[in-house]
Order: sequence, then C-alpha cells, then structure tokens
Amino acid sequence: MTKYLIKRVLLALLSIFLICMITFFLMNAVPGGPFSSEKAVSPQVMAALEARFNLDKPLWQQFVMYMGNILHGDFGISMKTGREIAVTLKSCFSISAKLGGSALIVALFFGVIFGCVAALYRNRVPDRIIVFMTTLFTAMPSFVLATLLLLVFCIQLKWFPVWDASNKSYLLPVIALAAYPTAYITRLTKTAMLDALSQDYIRTARAKGVPMVWVIFKHALRNALIPVITYLGPELAYILTGSLVIENIFTIGGLGQQFVQSINNRDYSMIMGTTIFLAIIMVFCNLLSDILYKVVDPRIKLES
Amino acid sequence: MSEINMPKKNLLSMQIDPAKFEPASEDEKRQADVMSESTSFFRDGMRKLMKNPLAVGSIIALVLIILLILIAPKIVPYGYEEIIKVAGSKDKTITNLAPFAWSEKEQALIASGTKLFPHIMGTDSLGRDYFIRVIYGTRVSLTVGLFASILVLIIGVLYGSISGYRGGRTDMIMMRIVDIIYSLPDVLIIILLSVVLNQTLNKSNPIVKLLGTNMVAIFIVFGLLYWVGMARLVRGEVLKIKNNEYFLAAKATGASSWHIIKTHVIPNCISVIIITTALQIPSSIFTESFLSFMGMGVQAPMPSLGSLANNARAGLQSYPWQLIFPAMMIVIIVLAFNLLGDGLRDAFDPKLRR
Amino acid sequence: MAVLEQILEDGQEPLLKVIDLHTSFTTDNGEVQAVNGLSFNLNPGTTLGIVGESGSGKSVTAYSIMRILEANGHVTAGKILFQGEDISSYSEKQMADFRGNKISIIFQDPMTSLNPVYTIGNQIVEAITLHQEVTKEQAKLEAIEMLKQVGINDAERRFKQYPHELSGGMRQRVMIAMALVSKPSILIADEPTTALDVTIQAQILELMQELQKKYHMAIIIVTHDLGVIAQMADEIVVMYGGRICERGTAEDIFYNPCHEYTKGLLKSIPNVDNMKEKLVPIEGSPINLLNLPKGCAFCARCAKAMKICLEEVPPELRMPDGHLASCWMNVKNNNYITEEEAGA
Repeated sequence: MTKYLIKRVLLALLSIFLICMITFFLMNAVPGGPFSSEKAVSPQVMAALEARFNLDKPLWQQFVMYMGNILHGDFGISMKTGREIAVTLKSCFSISAKLGGSALIVALFFGVIFGCVAALYRNRVPDRIIVFMTTLFTAMPSFVLATLLLLVFCIQLKWFPVWDASNKSYLLPVIALAAYPTAYITRLTKTAMLDALSQDYIRTARAKGVPMVWVIFKHALRNALIPVITYLGPELAYILTGSLVIENIFTIGGLGQQFVQSINNRDYSMIMGTTIFLAIIMVFCNLLSDILYKVVDPRIKLES
Repeated sequence: MSEINMPKKNLLSMQIDPAKFEPASEDEKRQADVMSESTSFFRDGMRKLMKNPLAVGSIIALVLIILLILIAPKIVPYGYEEIIKVAGSKDKTITNLAPFAWSEKEQALIASGTKLFPHIMGTDSLGRDYFIRVIYGTRVSLTVGLFASILVLIIGVLYGSISGYRGGRTDMIMMRIVDIIYSLPDVLIIILLSVVLNQTLNKSNPIVKLLGTNMVAIFIVFGLLYWVGMARLVRGEVLKIKNNEYFLAAKATGASSWHIIKTHVIPNCISVIIITTALQIPSSIFTESFLSFMGMGVQAPMPSLGSLANNARAGLQSYPWQLIFPAMMIVIIVLAFNLLGDGLRDAFDPKLRR
Repeated sequence: MAVLEQILEDGQEPLLKVIDLHTSFTTDNGEVQAVNGLSFNLNPGTTLGIVGESGSGKSVTAYSIMRILEANGHVTAGKILFQGEDISSYSEKQMADFRGNKISIIFQDPMTSLNPVYTIGNQIVEAITLHQEVTKEQAKLEAIEMLKQVGINDAERRFKQYPHELSGGMRQRVMIAMALVSKPSILIADEPTTALDVTIQAQILELMQELQKKYHMAIIIVTHDLGVIAQMADEIVVMYGGRICERGTAEDIFYNPCHEYTKGLLKSIPNVDNMKEKLVPIEGSPINLLNLPKGCAFCARCAKAMKICLEEVPPELRMPDGHLASCWMNVKNNNYITEEEAGA
C-alpha cells in the first residue's frame, strides 16, 4: 500500500510538473510572449516590465522561477487587469467549487440509486424508463441541455432568474452539469450490480439464509461501488470542463467563465494560471479517487 | 447377438414389441440428438446485432443522415455562406425567418408565379439558409468525429499491440507514458493549444487554411492524448492472446513478429477495436461541438453543429429553433453511434460490458 | 413405476425426500430443461453421491433443493420434503430462515464463493447471527471455535483476514465452517474439491467425513469425480440429461454397472483393473437440454441404442443384485427382477 501510494503521488507530481511545463512553454511560444499587449508601450516601460517579470533571463530560468512562485501560491499578475491572479482564482474557485461539488454529489447519489433500481428491476418498467433516460442524457452535450433549461425555465416559464448567486439559482446549472455523469454512473452501477449479483459469493450469501434485501445492500452493492469509484476522477474532469460552458451560459462568475474570458481577452498570464490551477485540481482528485479505490477493494492492497 | 430374448416377466404394464429392440441406425440416433445450429463467431454476432432493434434503427438513422448530407447540398440551391439575395437584390426581411417562412420579397416573387426553394429550417441572423448550414455543420462534425477516431484507432492499436507484444521493460516504459498522458486534462490542453496555434500557425498553409487552426489543434490533441484508452485496451487483449497456445505455436514455427501481429493478434482483438472505435466517434463529436460552442472550433463562416448552437444563443428568446435544430442533430448522431456501439458490444463481446 | 413409488414409501421417514423434481431455465434460445423428474431419498447420517458430467443437472438439483437458482431458473414441478415437511411450498422468508440453518451448502470454487470485500470473520459471524440469538461477542467466539474445528491454525488471526489472503484449501475450510455453524442436518457439497490440489482434496474430504460423524449429519456430495464418490458415498446416483440412470451402493455401481452410460463412464477413467487397457472415451457431446430426445437421454451417444431407446423413456428396474437402473438393455437381456423376487 505504501509503495503504491508513493508511486501514485510521484506520478501525480510528475503530471502536474508536465502540465506546468507544457503550459509555460506553449504560452511562451506565442509571438511576443505572455506579456505582450496590443497597447504600444514605451521601450523603457517594456524593459522595466521585463526586468520586473524576469523576461530578460533565459526561458528555462524563467520557468524555474515561475514554478518556484507557484509553489508559494503566487500565480503572477494578470496582464489585462493588473490584479493578482491568485486572488481572482480564489474568489472564483469558491463559486465553482460549490457548483461542481453539488453536481458531483447529485450525480453520485442519483446515479447509484437509479443504477440499483435498474439492476433490480431488470427488463421491467422502471429499468426501461431509466435506460431510456440514461441513453438520452449520455447523448446530450451539457451545453445543449443547459441552453434548453435556460430557454424553458428562465425565459419561457420565468421560474428561475438567470443568475443571482442565491441557492435557488444553482439548481439549473447543477442539473445541466450533473445530467451526463448521473446517466453514466447509472449505467455503470447497473452493470456492476448485475455483475455482482451473478457472482458466486451472492449464491453463498443466499445459501447462508441472508434475506434478499441484505444480499443486495451488504453483499452486492459494496462490490458494485468499486467501478463507480474509479469513475470519480473522469467524472470530476467532465464537470470541471463542463463548467467552462455552463458558467458562461448561466453567466456564473466562476473559474470557467474567468477562463473563457481570459481566452477571449488573450490574457496569457491568466490563461496560464487558470490552466495550471484547474489541472492541479484534476490531478489531485484523480489521485484521491485512485487511493479511495484501493481502500474500498481489499484485494489490491498487497499488490504494488 | 443372434436373436432377441423376450423379457421373461411381463412386469411392465406396456406391451413390449420385439421390433423395438432392434439396434437403432446412426441416422435415427442423429435425429434424436437435435443440436443447436452451429454458427461462426461473425455470423452469430451479426445475427444478434440484426435482432437488436435499437442497433438496426441506429444504422438506418446514420445511413439516412449520411445520404442527407451528401445529397442535400446538390438539391438545395443555397450555399452555406451565401447571404440570400432575392431576384438579385438584397432583402432585409430575409433574416431570422421561421422554418418554411418567406421574406416579403420572396412572397412577392411567389405571388408572381416564380417557384422558390423553401427555407426548411428558416434563415439565420445574416439571412443565410439555415437548413444548408445545419447540413454543412453535420458534415463537419461527422468528418471531425470520424477522422479523429481513425487517428485514435491507428495510434492506439499500434502502440497498444507493440507494448503488449514486446512485454517486459518496453511494456513497462510504454505503459508509464500512457499513465502520464492519461492523467493530463485533455480539454484544457486542447484549449491551450488552439489559443497558441491561433497565433503561431502559418495561416497560408493549405491544410491549415482548409481546416482552420482550431481543427488542427483538435487533431493534434486527439493524436497526442486520446489514443491512450484504445492503447490500454489493445494491450490487454494482446496480453491475453499471448497466453494462448496458438500464439506459442506461431512463435515456435519462427514466424516474424509482424506476421504474428498481423495474422494472430489483430484479428483476435478486432472486436474490441471496432467497438471502441464506434464509441470513440460520438465522444470525438462531443468534444468538437463543445469546443465549437466555446468559439474554438471550426473557422467561420464554415459552420459546425456546436458553433451553430452557440450562435443561436444570442437570439434564444425569439428564435429558439435556431438552437433546437443543431442540438437535435447532435443528439441524434451521438445517440445513434452510442446505441450502435452498445449493440456491437453486446453482439460481439459481451465480456467487454463495463 | 411401482418400484419408484416403493422406494419412496419404504422404511423409516427419510430426512430428505425429493419427489419428481423438474427444473428449467428460461434463456433467449428457449427453455433449458436441466432436471427432468428426479426422485431420491436421503437418510440421516448417510452420504448420497450424485455423479454425472457437466450439464447432467447434478448441481441444479442441489440448487433447486436450496432454492438458490439463478433468476431465470425455476422449479416447474415436484416436491421437496424435509422431515416430512414440504419446503417447496415455503415462502421466500421461511426459506431464508431454513437455508444455512437446517441445510447448508458449500460450492465448487472457494476462490469466488467468499465475498472479497469482507473479512472471513465478518462472513462467518453473519451466518451465526442470522440463525441464532447471540451477541456479536458470542458469535465471534463461536466463529473462532468453528474455524479451529475445521482445522484452521491461528484462527484468531485468520478471523480478521480477507478471502484473498487465504489459500484455496483454507478458503474451502472457511466455507465448511460457515456452513456448519448452525449444525445443519444436511450438508450439500457441490463439487467441493474440483478446484483444489489433489493433496488438499483428500484433506477436505477427510474433514467432511470427520465432521459428519461428529455432528451426525447427512451429506449430499455432487461431483463428476468418481474417485471422490467412491471414497465418500454410501449411495450413488448417476445422472445424465437431468434424469437418473442408475443408483445403488458404490460396490453396485463400480463392479456391476447396468446402464450403458455408467459402463461408458467407468471405461473412460483409469483404475487398477484397466491399467493396461486403452481408455475408451464416450463418443459424442453432452445432449442439448433445449431439445430433449423423446426416449432415453443417452440414446444418441449410446453404442447399443435400440429403436425403443429413441421412443420411450426407460423405466427404473431392480437389478438382480438389488440396485436400480433405467436402461432398455436390461429389459432386452432380461437382466432384472420383480419386487416380489427382491423381497424374497
């Protein structure tokens, strides 16, 4: 377990390092570099700026310094707004975290429940309804669903305001973000549950005289949840990237909107900061879900 | 066995007929032994696939869509970037028409007896025929999905089979690389790359001109990142095949590696490859439409389903159909590919069910 | 069919009585008739061996008794009487109380028969608390005691381990311990040694015999391994195509087989007597249970098949040495006795 843990953490660190490197050098490949702007700047100011941001040093040295700063939580300064990127990220993150976290929990909760129901009522009416819904929602991109929800509930029915940061207005974006992962988890849980129910140990449990309800909840579900846990990482990645568009559609001022805005503004230092920040979150959550997976499944503990 | 001894005691209630105690012929025995019809793997799979109404429906839907995007541009007299002119002059009322509606000038023309081709899905805010734009959008989305999947297929299969085939250290190193790539956030890198390529690519390059920088970015990222899933699956299959006797036999006869990969490895993991590709296409279409929706897809005026949906947001309140048509198209295509992929999986490889 | 009825009515009340059991499975390709009219008795403290090849319906018989068939399987006809009580009419709840309490079962593959995500202690304690009114602490002590009984050293440590940390033989011992915690009167062993090494096989069989004496329980052992059957069983039932071909003591079956299938079966395995002869496999493949032949299930593979074999199911007849077989060859060769003769 310790060996696995160390290996997995090292891999995560390597990934983060690679992402930082890719981001940094890609951004520096843009003509003019991350600190160019359309406005004409006098050569003196430019030189001062370059000295301030160490742009006069060789690229690799800049990279080392940039990495050092990130380790201290310093993402530099936005070239467009002049504000500290770390501060902007922090304020945006709380909104995105609430949105994404809710979507994550909603998807997990309903996905597992629907999946179990579908498995237990296999080929009967509840299963057919659930299968129909999951098929539909796995084929619907989040931005389509979000725009449709906006159209129907905000514009036509006027049940919800578009966005006013109240808890109520989180409902539609959360639905739009959670729909696909919910459908996916439902399918995953259903197949895992059916698989678990056909295993020999289920027969053993029934032969011991365990009542059916307990067979399902104690013996089958625990095993069926293992593949669901492995999906947590990809689910989070989906929600994070999904929130890029969802936040724009509902005009939520989170990380996603910030990111898209900085792309449209060509605010390179901001793009760089946001990418690295999002990537770190993703890698970190992947790491967590991998470790959780090992904890839940005792079989793999001993293997490296 | 010269003669048949009759039973000495008539213990059984039935009358015993000596003729029945004659040895049965092989034919008679075979008749009693009704075996299930034996079929080949492929035939059995196809039979199962054709029995799956959803898969058959998906195939029909996809064929219809492909026919539509091939034939429609030949029939519809409008171009996808053509701002419609009525009788050679500009028409201000032709923007944002509802499906099958006519502009004022067109109505006048029709009244005077001229036949005009209807705007099946109306027109967009610039006065372009929306139907033909959706058709071209579908073309772009399908093409991107298809080519990206082929790219994934080629790289993934090659990488996976080499890694699995060579085994040992090579396999370990190659799989570590896969692990690392797997943990990179793909969409972020696509976005990053399109931002950078937008600034750096030589726009006069014919390929770039044709596809637009964003598409080049998408293909590069698919080629760099998306193949890892396929590579892992293929490697797993190859490892399984390597444990089989026929593989050892081929090795023992001194067949070359390439020959073994070609004749033993690839045919045996073909079902996994086909199924994964069928499921890769909708996911590529998803990614493309997502990027186009964010304004990072194909270059205007070339439409894609995602960019059409994005453009429709501005007039969402007044012209909701401009969103609904491309959105429905995406849903139908992705749905059809998903169902077909599921059908293929159930028919050809029930074990792959995850 | 007087003979059959007589066996069923004879003697003292048997512990378990299976009467005309039919079990089938609904599949995409049709109804698979796995068991077709099976009857037998089991007396207290004795061992019944059910032997047959894959698909002969031997395991399905065991699962039908326990009512733990897969969701698409169902008992379509027949009665199962336990101490004279019809358990086939039990509700699912009654049946859950009954399983693992009065009759227990152990399975072929100890690798997969234990739930991988719970410790073995947890799984044994579960079996105890389901059927006995005891505290968790008592249950734990009882479980550890049981683990010692089945020959597991270091039971306290094993109690806390997960199934994957144990060897195959060890796991089968755990399965036996779990099956016996409620002191059942019948233990069904479904291919208990098939997945184990030969040395471990012998140990497990010895353990079962030892515990059988200790608890005076009856055992139904289901296997395709004639060696295991010979060592364990007081009475043997040979099955083919969901029906009984032949039944009798080990001696009857091994030294005087009276059914063509049993004869073929014995010729196909090596033993001391035929060491120098060539082994003769049974030609053909197991029958297709979707389309049972009208007559004897074995007729298509039988070298001596007669016209009547294709047409009519052979009756069960008493052989001169007293055991029972269902083969038309015995009628043809007058190789059977009436019940009056048997009684005399």
